[in-house]
Amino acid sequence: MPLPTPFHGRTAALCESHEWRDWAGYLAAATYEPSHEREYYAIRNAAALIDVSPLFKYDISGSDAERLLNRTLTRDVSGCRVGQVLYSAWCDERGKMVDDGTIWRLEQEHFRLTAAEPNLRWLQDCGRDLEVTVTDTSDELAALALQGPRARRILAEVLTDVDLDRLGYYRLDHGHIRGFPVTVTRTGFTGDLGYELWLAPGHAGQLWDILLSAGSPHGLLPAGMVALDIARIEAGLLLIDVDYVSARHALTEAKMSSPYEAGLGWTVALDKGPFVGRQALADEQARGPTWRLVGLEIDWPALEALYARYDLPPQVAGRPSRQAEPVYDENAVQVGQATSRTFSPILKKYIALATVKSFYAEPGQRLSVELTVEFSRHRAPATVVRLPFFDPPRKRSLPADATEVSEG
Amino acid sequence: MGQRYEAVVIGGGHNGLVNAAYLARGGKRVLVLEQRHLVGGATVTEEIYPGFNYSVFSYVVSLLRPEVVRDLRLPEHGLVILPLESTLTPLPDGDYLYRDGDHHRTRRAIARFSPRDADAYSDYGRTMYFMAKAVKEILGTVPPDPTSLWPGEMGDLTRLARHILGLGSEHAYTLAKMMTMSAADFVAQWFESEPLRATLSASGIIGTFLGPRSPGSAYVLLHHYMGEIDGQFRAWGFAKGGTGGIAEAIASAARAFGAEIRTEAKVAEVIVKNGRARGVVLEDGEEIAAEVVVSSLDPTHTFLNLVEPAQLPVELVEAVQRFNIRGSSAKVNLSLDGVPELACLPGVGRHLAGAISISPDTDYLERAYDDAKYGDFSRRPYVDVVIPSMIDPDMAPPGKHVMSCFVQYAPYELRQGSWDEKRTALGDAVVDTLSEYFPNLRDLILHRQVMTPLDIERVTGLTQGNIFQGELSLSQLFFLRPAAGYAQFRTPIDGYWQCGSGTHPGGGITGAPGRLAALEILGQ
Repeated sequence: MPLPTPFHGRTAALCESHEWRDWAGYLAAATYEPSHEREYYAIRNAAALIDVSPLFKYDISGSDAERLLNRTLTRDVSGCRVGQVLYSAWCDERGKMVDDGTIWRLEQEHFRLTAAEPNLRWLQDCGRDLEVTVTDTSDELAALALQGPRARRILAEVLTDVDLDRLGYYRLDHGHIRGFPVTVTRTGFTGDLGYELWLAPGHAGQLWDILLSAGSPHGLLPAGMVALDIARIEAGLLLIDVDYVSARHALTEAKMSSPYEAGLGWTVALDKGPFVGRQALADEQARGPTWRLVGLEIDWPALEALYARYDLPPQVAGRPSRQAEPVYDENAVQVGQATSRTFSPILKKYIALATVKSFYAEPGQRLSVELTVEFSRHRAPATVVRLPFFDPPRKRSLPADATEVSEG
Repeated sequence: MGQRYEAVVIGGGHNGLVNAAYLARGGKRVLVLEQRHLVGGATVTEEIYPGFNYSVFSYVVSLLRPEVVRDLRLPEHGLVILPLESTLTPLPDGDYLYRDGDHHRTRRAIARFSPRDADAYSDYGRTMYFMAKAVKEILGTVPPDPTSLWPGEMGDLTRLARHILGLGSEHAYTLAKMMTMSAADFVAQWFESEPLRATLSASGIIGTFLGPRSPGSAYVLLHHYMGEIDGQFRAWGFAKGGTGGIAEAIASAARAFGAEIRTEAKVAEVIVKNGRARGVVLEDGEEIAAEVVVSSLDPTHTFLNLVEPAQLPVELVEAVQRFNIRGSSAKVNLSLDGVPELACLPGVGRHLAGAISISPDTDYLERAYDDAKYGDFSRRPYVDVVIPSMIDPDMAPPGKHVMSCFVQYAPYELRQGSWDEKRTALGDAVVDTLSEYFPNLRDLILHRQVMTPLDIERVTGLTQGNIFQGELSLSQLFFLRPAAGYAQFRTPIDGYWQCGSGTHPGGGITGAPGRLAALEILGQ
């Protein structure tokens, strides 16, 4: 019995498809229109509104707030300035990922953490001896993502007290929209130019209406989970319970991933001092991870040939798949699994996020992915490529100088 | 002497029937002898009040081994297990805790009492999954004797040790804790809110003369979690037609394999000649010869009543006399003229189709135990309520209901007076307790059946009315159940076997003792 989000009054009225998903116990529109296609192109071509309220949010404050985060996250938080946002994973003692999310430094001693799963008890337990308060603010904050190349222009029309032209990638600021306060983070799950807006739930409907009316002339549409899923695969972004399972829930070791295995080695600061999972991660880094997350591009001509055997054109466009499929080496020995697959409308390629044995993870490696065509199983040839698949400069650039800012 | 059978099974409870079915399946000519007019033992459905069917004793099922269901093809013999999906804990202040299979709803419900507990709930579930996985192997194993030097037994022990250690040290340690801790301490490792702590701990006292804070009760909790329905651990269900539906299905399977079942045939004694069982004598004097005699009765009957104790080693007789088989539970069954409504959640809803647990806090349960420790029934007992007619329309006429109330504690040995004098008072205590939560209950009662431990003993024959045929304490489990050296379903008398809940792996509708004993008898 998923609950409505603070935007539900608006999203339900627009959800022609009547297709809803359960996201962390909240109703999330899979698509608004019967097909996701226009919603996807809104993300890549104009702008899209995506209700991301179901994210878990925790406020961490006190003189030891930084210490708590440095003790729990893999990332070094000490260098994070006020107004900056970081992306990080966090692990258990075995160095296996528990969850991943963003950390914002709101004030010197006040952070906010977004997470896919409940983390209150874990954070509190890790900070038992510290001067720190962890509060679950999930229900106190509605969240709306405005994503796409027109996002800045649309938001600039309605937002006051924030200079969007100077708000860099993975930065945050506080402003107002028609008088009510909104926190803006330049973050998102699409790998495009975009912002996420955080506000009191009471203003959610208003914000939706204002953005929709300001955005419509720019081609803005509300987008559902299907369009978002395609965008995040193109952006090479991991989804918990799809591309990895939290070490807290996984029943087998095989389902867990370390940050190194999940392509998040860059978030691990082994030299920052002790943190949960540090020893295991140091050991893993020394010997090299067993598995690695890679991008796979499935060969289009081979795909065509495969379908041609059944006198069909390739039928891979449409919705992304979260059904894990085996990945094989040239000798048809399984070397991993593709966990997310989609046809990328913007790249015109059939792509997948896959976890494979490290030996097979170098770009250019030839592999194959299991594919069922007309009830028969086949192996579609594929090539390992660098992630992300799609990475437009606008994601992180500023209009003034168009220079890139550092990674979040 | 009448007809000749290869095996006679004494007692038509579910384990006796499972044993007979397996023996018949193995080619034996088998006869089951049941003292009552119907089979099932404590697994029976009876129409005590016209139109209303009571699962008189045992009332829900989870532990029935999947291999028994499969081997005996029970679904073909009418076994239907309906899901029992939720647990509701009503509270005296009008609040309640409702948990069901909806992960997020349950998380929110727990978070109202403690957000930390809500986070811990899935961690707890994961731990219990590994615990259930750990003991699943043990459920299907004949206990090896750790003092034996036989290579076969040592091999079994090594295999078990490897299985437990294979879980990883974290889970092996937790298992060791479960074997020794109290249920209350065990669940307090995860939870701080009382309704959740108490309701989870309550699984550790069912059928047991222990309080939630008594060491050893954590194992009883695990015993109730290791059930498995359709591959899902800790799923509980309700047999269509009441628990008697299970016994009927097993009896039907046994007959299909060629077993004969005679009811109203009470065995007086086992015929033993030259240290070997030769058959049985019924109370009416009829003698039935058989090469194998299997007792599904509890250890007291098996070793002290059905045979001359003089024919047994003194140590065994003493061990059985000391065997802890105290009755501590009662059952109240009600026929209701309408829907019993909860003050905390009025109206009809899915919450009435699950378990309703009167366990507001740990102190409440421990106080209930305090009464029992000194020989009184609990003035405010722990009650596990199920309304079977909400799940299965065959249980009561349309619009009417039956309510099954499992009551803890009701000690068999009373400090003062007899159960015949106190039966009504116990029934009143249960109805009074429930009326605090179901305000309209009293006005709906058409018929009330109170089964004290003495009544359970009188009707089913279970010594002291102990529902597990002996407590599930560590000193009475595995290679010590029912007695050291006799945990492999054998007795000192050749051809005389045991297959009841008093043997490994213990009580509950598992079918496991019946099956394991049959496999031993058949030499498999």
